This record gives sequence, structure tokens and C-alpha cells, in this order.
Amino acid sequence: MTATVPRTRVNAAARPARKVPRRDRRRRLTVLAFMAPAVLGFVVFFGYPLLATVYYSFTRYDLVNEPEWIGLGNYIRMFTSEPLVAVAAWNTLWLVVVLTLTRVLFALGVALVIARLKSGVGLIRTLCYLPALAPPAAATLAFVFMFNPEFGPVNRFLRLLGIDGGLWFNDPAMSKPALTLLVLWGSGELMIIILAALLDVPVSQYEAAELDGAGPIRRFRHVTLPSISPVLLFGVVNSIIFALQFFTQAIVAGGVASGSADVAGNTKYIGSPENSTLTYPVWLYVQGFRYFNMGYAAAMAVLLFVVSFAFTAVLVHQLRRASSAEENA
Amino acid sequence: MRTTITAWRLRRGMTLVSAASVLLLTACSAAAGGSGDGDGPAAAPNKDDKISLVVYSKFTNREYPVVSAGLNRLKAKFPNIEIKHEGSQDDDKLTQSIRGGNPPDVAISFFTDNLGAWCSNGSFVDLKPYIDRDKVDLNVIPEAVRSYTEFRGKRCAMPMLADVYGFFYNKDMFAAAGLSAPPKNTTELFDHAKRLTQLNPDGSIRVAGFLPTMPFYNNQAQIWAPNWDARWLGPDGKSNLAASAEWKEMFTFQKKLIDFYGHDRLAKFKAGLGDEYSEDHAFHRGKIAMMFDGEYRTAFLKEQAPNVKYGTASPPVSDSKPNRYGGAFTTGTIIAIPKGAKNPGAAWELIKQMSLDTDTLVELGNGLKNVPSTMAALRDPRLEVDENYRPFLTMFDGGKLLPNPTTPIGDAHLKAVNDFAERWQAGREPDLEAGLRKVDAQINDELAQKGGGR
Repeated sequence: MTATVPRTRVNAAARPARKVPRRDRRRRLTVLAFMAPAVLGFVVFFGYPLLATVYYSFTRYDLVNEPEWIGLGNYIRMFTSEPLVAVAAWNTLWLVVVLTLTRVLFALGVALVIARLKSGVGLIRTLCYLPALAPPAAATLAFVFMFNPEFGPVNRFLRLLGIDGGLWFNDPAMSKPALTLLVLWGSGELMIIILAALLDVPVSQYEAAELDGAGPIRRFRHVTLPSISPVLLFGVVNSIIFALQFFTQAIVAGGVASGSADVAGNTKYIGSPENSTLTYPVWLYVQGFRYFNMGYAAAMAVLLFVVSFAFTAVLVHQLRRASSAEENA
Repeated sequence: MRTTITAWRLRRGMTLVSAASVLLLTACSAAAGGSGDGDGPAAAPNKDDKISLVVYSKFTNREYPVVSAGLNRLKAKFPNIEIKHEGSQDDDKLTQSIRGGNPPDVAISFFTDNLGAWCSNGSFVDLKPYIDRDKVDLNVIPEAVRSYTEFRGKRCAMPMLADVYGFFYNKDMFAAAGLSAPPKNTTELFDHAKRLTQLNPDGSIRVAGFLPTMPFYNNQAQIWAPNWDARWLGPDGKSNLAASAEWKEMFTFQKKLIDFYGHDRLAKFKAGLGDEYSEDHAFHRGKIAMMFDGEYRTAFLKEQAPNVKYGTASPPVSDSKPNRYGGAFTTGTIIAIPKGAKNPGAAWELIKQMSLDTDTLVELGNGLKNVPSTMAALRDPRLEVDENYRPFLTMFDGGKLLPNPTTPIGDAHLKAVNDFAERWQAGREPDLEAGLRKVDAQINDELAQKGGGR
């Protein structure tokens, strides 16, 4: 019925006076009061920065003087004349794909092994989680040392096996895989979350599947995976966002590998070797805070936001569809 | 009816959101506008004024107390001024403090390349009114040093100390290789590099005569460039490296050295060398026999590797530019008053003392082993000069120094060229001129962002 009501502009005077019952009004105020801190936080820490970023992206802004409106200038520059943004975007895309896949699979694999352990579970779980507590800069410094081609323990061990370990952080082809190994080493947080989900799967389901003749692979496929899929989805989305924001490890590794840990205030070493560690957020930071092109950096941030949002939305949609298809099957 | 009410609510919501957006955007604009500092110079403090001056610098460890002592010499003139010297403050933190409206009174930075960016956007106060008021004669500072501390005629920083990049060589290795003197040109440099290089039985490098990989330590395009007389910007203020015979000659020579060693072999060797500012520096450890470096390396060597017998000299120059011998790349530490400083009058008194006072500069020069930036301090008999430090003073006094141009793009041009050098030496840029054209495009694109350097 309501669909047939004509869309006429209602005169405010003619509008029937709606008297909201006092009880309802009080209830609404109570709800609003409870929501206020969250709403305020959202507006101050998300809404305002987001709108400000969008505004700045249409300006030339050097962080000190007033922004100057230049329309789509920053976006045009991004897609036409500025060469390093494409390099940085490619590096980040590489990390999004490889890092997301390996991080989730690695965390799942470790969690599956720990879930099957009969003894020493607490100790091994702690040992696997500990690297996640290491500060990223310190962990990166240690990793670059460990993977030093000449005197690093990794290559020394590989040499014992007759394998040439390669240049790792000093080789543009190996620097991103080396960074991925660093991230996998520190992925204990995700491992703990997946482990909790694995331990939450009802044992009765495994028993029923086993009675039906399902082997380990089919049990994993039809019992474990559907049960932990929401957690895996979280892991995937979390890893994508992590990769899109990849910053500290890239900037430290590039600096140390170039022979100078002193990258503060010094842009020359950032991205070394051959800009293979120049990620999108790193370049955004350099443009905004080193070159004072905050308008351009804001345009890069807007694009990053749109891409992150699109990535996440598509992924969530696809996985939900897959999940409901699984349930219907 | 429900639809009508819903539509009305929607409209009301949209109006509120629009109003909020406009308010927020207005707030953004308002937040962006900084308070402009006045044009006139702030009055000098009275002798007994109680003032607390905050100074940001990046000095740490051995150098921090030397600089603190230099800063505190101001108390002789103003006994009640308290100096709060905060070390380990890099340029990013300084920018943040200016942006946040809570800057120090005085900023000291190692990275002169950032000066153009700070100067062009007004992050630093123009010192000209102070210089005019106090009738400061800037001619006591060498021309090259004056040029890297100003931007398009606007003097928004003073030089505190200068760095001159000369040539270091290991005397024991020279003797073992039958070499008696450091190279003066690129032909000799190549010859010396070959004779000083030692290989392991497996063919890997044990000692590199000269490590040509860029950017590594001070093996960087901007430090090589003066030895070829290669200039960054043309008369129109734009980059045109592709048309420069000097830049091409420089990179051709670098590739010749790279090819002598082999890129992969060099990459592996380089990866095993220690950090630039640690005692594991390759020159300290006898892993490289010759290198370009600043005069401050003499202090590092004295402290971290006192047993290394080394000599210093002017860097070798291009065969086609023999008259450049005796020249070098120069840069240095700068000192400025950030926009929004609370005590600019007292800050200027401190800056004058740190950049022009002979006693202070001699003390700093002796403590930091940096070159004092005035001619009076340079020639002061109290300046401790040993045989390895002297060549730097001679170069500084010789009138052939070349600094980087001060541009509004910070060190973006340096990154572009050093990035190119990495690709070039790896053989991933087969066409030198085409590669340099891409570098030019990148630098000019950055310059265009500043409205041609407004």
C-alpha cells in the first residue's frame, strides 16, 4: 500500500502534529546518550579526517600555507606524469596478493599443527606467538641481519647445504619475498585467532563425518573449513588491509640494506634496492611529509581508501556467496 | 504517508550532513592557515631577561655534549637564558612541530637539501631583517656555503658548520700495491682501483679498491657530480641532465668500474659491509681501500678505528676537467628560526653566535671535526688541524666548492638520480640518455608541483 502513496511535498504547517510519547522520547535520549561517545569518536577520528582528506586531494597544500584549489590536478598527475606512484602501487599489489595468501595459509597451517599436538601445546603456542610482540622496526633490523648475504645465519646455513642463499634484501627480485618471510614470522596473532576457531569446532561433527566414512581431507573440507570460514574471512580482510598499509618494515629494510639505517629526513635510501621496497603508503608519506605535497598525498590516500574498500567489499561478497552455497549444498 | 515522512527525514538528514560537511571543510581550511610571522625583526632580549630557548638538533652520543657546550656559550652574553637542547630530533619531527604550532625556538638540521622546501613554504623565518638590523656581513662566509643556505635570495637559515667531501685512502694498502699518491683523475682512480682490489679464491671480492655502487655510504650522485662539473639545473631552473655531457661522462665512468668488478659480485660484497656510522664501516675494516667521504670521517676513524693508517686528499676529477681538482662537494649543518617560534629575538642571538662567532665555531670545529663556516674561524690558530684534516680546510678555502642547488622539492632530485644510478649500474637502463631523460621528467614533474618553485 505504501508504495502507492503519491510523493507530494508536505507543507510543514499541514503536517499532522506528531506527539512522541514521553517514554519513547526518554528512551531515544538514553540510546543517543549511550551512542554519543562512539558517534563522537567516529566523527572526530574518521568522518572529519576522511572529509578533510577528500578536500585536500583537490588542492595544492604544503602543510604550512593555505590550500590552493586545483580541481583534479593531483589525480591527473597520479595517472599521467608521476612515475613512482605506479611502482609503489605495483609493490603494494604484490604484497596484497602474496602476503595475504601466504599469511592466512601459514597461520592456518601452524594452527592446525598446534591443534593436533598432544603435549607441550602451551609452550609451542607461546613460542609461535612471541614474534608478533616484537616491535616492527626491531624485528626488521634483526631480520635484515639474519638474511645478510655474507655473514647472516640463514645464508651460512644454506651454504652448509650447498645452496647459494641469494642477496635477499639487497636484490630487487628478492626483497619483497624477504619482507613476506618477515611478516610470516610475525603472524602469531592471526595464528592464535584461527587456532581458537579450530578448537571451537564441535567434536561431534568430526565424529559424525568419520562415521559417514569421511577421511581427513574431506573432514577438513566439509567440517573444518565451513566452521572457521568467518575467521578465515577476517584473516583475509585483515591481511589485505595490513598489506595495503605496509610501511615500517619496508622503510627500515630498505634503509638498512642500502648501508645506512639513517632514513629519517633522508629520502634517497627509501625504497632500496631499486625502489623494490617502495610501498604505496611509504611513497604517500614521502610525498606528504618530505616533499610537502600534501594535496597529492591526500589524493593517493583517497585512491587507497577506495581500493581498500572495493577489495574488502568484493571479497566479503564473494566469500559470503561461497559460504551460503556451501550451506545450501 | 510513511514514504512522505521518510522522504522528509531523508531531506532533513541530507541537509544536516551537507551543513556538517561545509562546517568540516571550513574547519579544514581554517586549520590549514598558519599564523603569519611578522615581517620586522623581533627585539633582542635584554641582558638579564629570563628566557628558556628550545633547540632541536639531530646530534647524539659523542657530538651532543659538544654542541650543547657551544649553545651554552650564549650565557656569557645572556646569563639568564636557559638552553634546552633536544637531540635526536630529525627533520620529520621538526616539520611536525612547525605544523602543530609548537616548534622549537631554534632548529638545527643536517639535511640542507630540505632547506628549499622549508624556505619556499615559509616554515623558516626570513632572517634578512635581522641581518640588516644587526649589519651582519655575510661575506665572511664562503660563497658556496652562502648559496646552500638561502633559497632564491631568501635567507631563512645560517650555516652552522660545513661539510666538505674529499677522498680517503688506506696508506698500508697503497704501499702494498706499490702506489705512492692518491689519484688525481678518473684514469688514475680506475688504475688504482684495479691494483688495490683483492679477490678470494672463489672469485668473490675480499677488498674493493674503490666501491662504485650508488647510492652507498657517500658514494652518491651529488657527491660525485662536482668532480665532473656536472650541474643539476639549467638556467631556466629545470633539470636537463640528458643534455649534459658531464653527467653522461660521470655515469659512463661509473659503469666502467661496475663492469670491472661485475654487478652481482659487487652487490654481494656490498651487502656484507657494515653500517655507515658504525665501527663496522668498510673503510674502518679494511674492506675498501679508497672512498669519497666528508671531513667528519676523520673523527669517526680516530674514535672507532685508530689503527687504520689513512690519508686524505682532494677527490679525483674527470680527465676532461683537470681544473676542477681541488674542488669538492659541500653541504653542512644549518640553523634557523622555525615559523611560530616563541622567542625569535633570543633565537637570532643564538643563531648569530653559532654561525658567526669565531670562538664558538673553533670549539665546535675541534669537537665535531666539521669545517667552521667562516673564514675567520677557518684560519684561527686554535683550530686543531692534523695532516688528514688539512686537505678539507684547503678545499674549503680554495673557491672550487659546489653545493647542491636549493630547490623547493627537498631531495626529490637526488632520489631520482640515485634511483637511476641503481638501475643503470644493474644494466636495467641500457640507453643512458633515454634514462636521464626520464630522470629529468621526474624532477621537472616535482618542480611543477611547486608552481615552478613558488
